[in-house]
Amino acid sequence: MKKAYLLLADGTLFAGYSVGCEGQSTGEVVFNTGMAGYQEVLTDPSYFGQIVTMTYPLIGNYGVNAEDFESGKSWVSGFIMREAAYHPSNWRCEKTLDQYLKEQNVVGLAGIDTRQLTRKLRNAGVMNGMIYTEGYAPDAAAIEAMKAYVVQNAVKTVTCAEPTVYPAVGETRYRVALYDYGVKYNIERELQKRGCEVTVLPALTPPEQVVGKFDGVMLSNGPGDPAENVEIVENLKRLLTSGMPIFGICLGHQLLSLAIGAETCKLKYGHRGVNHPVKDLDEDRTYITSQNHGYAVVSDSVDPEVARVRYVNLNDGTVEGVEHIGRPVFTVQYHPEVCPGPMDTSYLFDKFIENIEKTRGGAR
Amino acid sequence: MPLRKDIHKVMVLGSGPIVIGQAAEFDYAGTQACRALREEGLEVVLVNSNPATIMTDKAMADRVYIEPMTVEAVQEIIKKERPDSLLPNLGGQTGLNLAMELCENGFLDKMGVKLLGAKPDTIAKAEDRQLFKDTMEKIGEPIIASKVVHTVEDAVEFTREIGLPVIIRPAYTLGGTGGGIAHTWDELREIAASGIMYSRVDEILVEKCIAGWKEIEYEVMRDHKGNAITICNMENVDPVGVHTGDSVVVAPSQTLCDKEYQMLRTSALNIITELGIEGGCNVQFALNPDSFEYAVIEVNPRVSRSSALASKATGYPIAKVTAKIAVGYGLDEITNAVTGKTRACFEPTLDYCVVKFPRWPFDKFVYADNTLGTQMKATGEVMAIDSSFEGALMKAVRGCEIKLESMIVPRIGTLSDAQVKAGVSRTDDQRLFHICEALRRGILSIDQIHEITTIDTFFLHKFQNIVEMEKALAASDEMTADLYLRAKKLGFLDKTIEQLSGKDIAGVRRLPVYKMVDTCAAEFEAETPYYYSSYDEESEVKPASGKKKVLVLGSGPIRIGQGIEFDYCSVHAVWALQKLGCETVIINNNPETVSTDFDTADRLYFEPLTPEDVTGVVNAEKPDAAIVQFGGQTAINLAAHIEKLGIPILGTPAWSIDAAEDREKFDVILEKCGIPRPAGRTVMAEEEAVEAADELGYPVLVRPSYVLGGQGMEIAYKEEDVREFMQVITRNKVENPVLVDKYMMGREIEVDAICDGEDILIPGIMEHFERAGVHSGDSISIYPSINIEQKHKDTIIRYTEALAKNLAVLGLVNIQFVLYNDEIYVIEVNPRSSRTVPYISKVTGVPMVDLATRCMFGEKLRDIGCGTGLHPESDYYAVKVPVFSFQKLRDLDTQLGPEMKSTGEVLGVAQTFREALLKGLTGAGYQMKKKGAVLISVRDSDKQEAIRIGERFEALGFDIFATSGTANVLNRHMVATNAIRNVDEPSPNIIDLIESGKIDYVIATSVKGRHPELGSVHIRRTAVERAIPCLTSIDTASALLRCLEGDVRIENCEMVDINKI
Repeated sequence: MKKAYLLLADGTLFAGYSVGCEGQSTGEVVFNTGMAGYQEVLTDPSYFGQIVTMTYPLIGNYGVNAEDFESGKSWVSGFIMREAAYHPSNWRCEKTLDQYLKEQNVVGLAGIDTRQLTRKLRNAGVMNGMIYTEGYAPDAAAIEAMKAYVVQNAVKTVTCAEPTVYPAVGETRYRVALYDYGVKYNIERELQKRGCEVTVLPALTPPEQVVGKFDGVMLSNGPGDPAENVEIVENLKRLLTSGMPIFGICLGHQLLSLAIGAETCKLKYGHRGVNHPVKDLDEDRTYITSQNHGYAVVSDSVDPEVARVRYVNLNDGTVEGVEHIGRPVFTVQYHPEVCPGPMDTSYLFDKFIENIEKTRGGAR
Repeated sequence: MPLRKDIHKVMVLGSGPIVIGQAAEFDYAGTQACRALREEGLEVVLVNSNPATIMTDKAMADRVYIEPMTVEAVQEIIKKERPDSLLPNLGGQTGLNLAMELCENGFLDKMGVKLLGAKPDTIAKAEDRQLFKDTMEKIGEPIIASKVVHTVEDAVEFTREIGLPVIIRPAYTLGGTGGGIAHTWDELREIAASGIMYSRVDEILVEKCIAGWKEIEYEVMRDHKGNAITICNMENVDPVGVHTGDSVVVAPSQTLCDKEYQMLRTSALNIITELGIEGGCNVQFALNPDSFEYAVIEVNPRVSRSSALASKATGYPIAKVTAKIAVGYGLDEITNAVTGKTRACFEPTLDYCVVKFPRWPFDKFVYADNTLGTQMKATGEVMAIDSSFEGALMKAVRGCEIKLESMIVPRIGTLSDAQVKAGVSRTDDQRLFHICEALRRGILSIDQIHEITTIDTFFLHKFQNIVEMEKALAASDEMTADLYLRAKKLGFLDKTIEQLSGKDIAGVRRLPVYKMVDTCAAEFEAETPYYYSSYDEESEVKPASGKKKVLVLGSGPIRIGQGIEFDYCSVHAVWALQKLGCETVIINNNPETVSTDFDTADRLYFEPLTPEDVTGVVNAEKPDAAIVQFGGQTAINLAAHIEKLGIPILGTPAWSIDAAEDREKFDVILEKCGIPRPAGRTVMAEEEAVEAADELGYPVLVRPSYVLGGQGMEIAYKEEDVREFMQVITRNKVENPVLVDKYMMGREIEVDAICDGEDILIPGIMEHFERAGVHSGDSISIYPSINIEQKHKDTIIRYTEALAKNLAVLGLVNIQFVLYNDEIYVIEVNPRSSRTVPYISKVTGVPMVDLATRCMFGEKLRDIGCGTGLHPESDYYAVKVPVFSFQKLRDLDTQLGPEMKSTGEVLGVAQTFREALLKGLTGAGYQMKKKGAVLISVRDSDKQEAIRIGERFEALGFDIFATSGTANVLNRHMVATNAIRNVDEPSPNIIDLIESGKIDYVIATSVKGRHPELGSVHIRRTAVERAIPCLTSIDTASALLRCLEGDVRIENCEMVDINKI
């Protein structure tokens, strides 16, 4: 097997072996603590610009299948694991992880002490880095570029070019506009199975093309620094005044919070995994959630006249969701659509549907 | 909600004696629970009949009752103590069943005792087959389809609904006679017909056959708010068909994608929510390997063996959190003790691989049926953690103490290809090793092995990786650093690498690093120093505190002869060392124990107890000293290695251990002290053994040296016996000599003593109820002794003192004596802690391990103030009664002899001997039926004594049956006896009589060997399988009679709080 390396911005070098595509690739190095679900992680657009490290050591055990993709391609800038499985076993398995990474031109690295890397990221915070295969060693300029790397134009890169309509499962009961900031398939699926005809819209679609034409608006997850999306935030301000039911997830939650004047900040090493406890302050209940974010809404920046923080992270107290006052609008930082992760909060999609029903009832 | 205001005094039920299927894990759970409750300021009343446990320690609860786990006894304790609540879900099935009975008979209500953690209807929904089925149907959770039918046509019709293959289980036949798996319609008709014929009631159960499905377990928790989480999931390497307790288990699941993982997780949480369980719960699933189809196999609405494993595998303390939930806390209000920062309401995530490997008793019970199925047979287990599956598996195998260092089994290497293939097809404890051999020889492909065993190819490829490395090492031209490191990552020992490659590894050798188990895959900083080794880059060992650092070696897996009592000693040693201001480091690999709890020692290394693994830890920790005398034979065997590493051993030196085992060295010491022992010889081969026996005169005791629990020890009455036993002993290579001793059938006496180098303290002299010949672990033992004259006690004290001093004992020593023809002989000396230390500590109040540890640090007994010489005898009698797991081990002869067979023990404590004996026997499961029928079949040497036994049963009004020889003797002596035909005679014979259900007790003492086909063995097995008490020694029968003859009942006995003795 060919050798491969991870060079971090602080100069640390990890040596392992090459998996997937050979080459050189730069990104922000993050870690994900889920023990299964690598196929979903690889195809989640929120990981755009990032080199993802899996903390679970055995990756690729069940191979890659045709059904568990969360978008049309892999978006990661690199993939790091302790041990890659070359003999996967699962009834749906169609190819090995290595084959998939090669197909997707993802530069991979295996055989390093991933726990050491994780501890480093935990202590120092997320860090830029570069994976390179033997023979692709970076020159000084490439290293400088790596150090200076910033995830930019993230949403614009991952969003769709044209609107697409996905039919409801069964009878069409609602029409939902889904803003694609980097949407995962399962958001569509959760809506479709609840009787929604889902129109996936490019991120910069003006609200005027939405208001009055749909029963509700869904704001998707997505990559990058929320604050860079100035135009989208302006659009959302206008959308909010429409009184339409809105449900935002992850980046959608951050963008809508920016639209009501709240601030976002970058977390030291983010939340990426499927075991994060979120407390619903109204119900005194805690749910295990799937998460993937590096930024968060600043708690005391949320204007209590406009919205209130209803969901908080039980581990670090960060904002996990807000409910707008007087509007059928709520957003969460975590991923109720899961894939990967626990399905405990899928009831939020039902709540969105209820909001649609109520708004319609009021309108009639 | 925080602590409930209406709870002040909680009764905790333990799980009773260790039996197969219910082992030390409940001591761990109960101990954690008691500590969690007392942290809350609650008063704890503990009931457990098992004296070897840590939970029954004086320090663990406010009131400690070592009393029978029966409704009658617990009711008396409740009347006396008046607890306001009862915690039933930490004491295994025993604790749960007992709580249910107390609830159903209205006693708890009457006494105003609240049931915490589990409600009766919850328990019923999980335990009652029909209610369980209804509940699962209600919430749409699939279970295994089955139906009771009475005709072949009905069987066919139902099978049309559920599809082939099906399992046919005839009702009321033992061991599934007449049943089987039908793959075709013809087979179905045939098997259904035979099943109906064999069944007494013409009834069969037709069940969908899911053999070969993946077996997946989830450990889940829920609080009263409704918060529900999973702690861990686990995948059995052996698919459905092998009991999970007998399966190699890996955590987390390896072959499930996220959708499958989450599907089963959601199901488990739906189930715990519907059942309304508050606390821990275990759900077992079968998952079709070719679809998303699954079925719920079983729900345990309590903390289980898997919970202990999950706790150790993740670092999440399930039992502790269960106890906190029971008294009112929400999961979100409980701190995650590992990080100290996050909350208990989260799901642990692993960044390593965990493998559990069962420890079976077949190395001891060579004639027992070693096939694996739905009946668990393992007595214990080990767990191993590594960054790779292969590494964890290899650690588990070498840590299991089954004489293996890798997947290579020399005996299997000598088999023919056909034999190896047959071994792959046979589901037994050796199958895994046959699979590896088949891969090694290339005689079966991975796909073929998968076809035969249905083991997932993922795991088979992992075995293949190991085998390929064996070959790569053997083929290597030079030992490169890369090859060495790859072998180490797959779990190979240096020794194995050198053996396979024939190369010196000095130039490339390196030691492992140590990683932390932290529940969160390094996302948060952890506070608990709980480590495992891995061949990685970064080590996380915390810097030394500057205190004196002492390494304590644990005792490994629970097996017959080395049980939970050594964990008790190890844990107490840790506590004693901490009190002395030391920093403690423990190495152990048994997930069921208190010693492997992350908050027992200051640093925990979850590692195999082998020289190389210990070397790694020693190098990482650099302890100032080590203690080996508390970890049973496992730790003792490492003494010399530790000394070689330059770590001083506290207490008795290694040479002394050797001197006690080495016949010649020991004889020199005995001669010097003027202490007699039964004459004996040391031999290496069969012929020599026969010569020795001839010279000594039969009967003789034959046993290997350096073993525990009398492993391989037998009494030989004639030459054939000697030959048979020698063949068994030498089946594995003989490293140590075999001892042949004159057998003296006298009264056995045992002492444990503490020696400080100058003085000794004997907390008590124990007397065995059965005469010498029955292993001390299998005898009923009595403290204080009732039949030993003062002059003999004086001799025993003198001998003990002389032996302790001459063997340079510093700490504990255990000595066994036999009183024969009015003279005391020494049989055995063990310069270490023993099986009896926990119970003697409890009933005498002498904290033996604590004192022993202090002596090692130079304190003197006479300064400590516990006295010297023989400790004053207690006012209470304590009778230890052994408990066996014979029902679970088919074909094993239940005849007691010099080789230990019991898996656990109970204690009866009372002011009179008879009451203590009654409590002991009741606790051990004897029903005390005072009328009915007794069957007697004894060997010639017992016939005279059988007369007296017969008379006593007759006086009680029992009908007496006996085989011809015994019946003749009894009838001749005016004991009216019905003669019945023996096993080899035509029906109706003795077997029919036992199976008829008319017999209440069987006394069968004939010994002619251990082969299951022997008549006497058949009689005893039949009794065991019919759950009829079978006494294999006249002395045990006499003990039982003593209880039957009295009019004492448990309800009239005083319930004794040992904290008040």
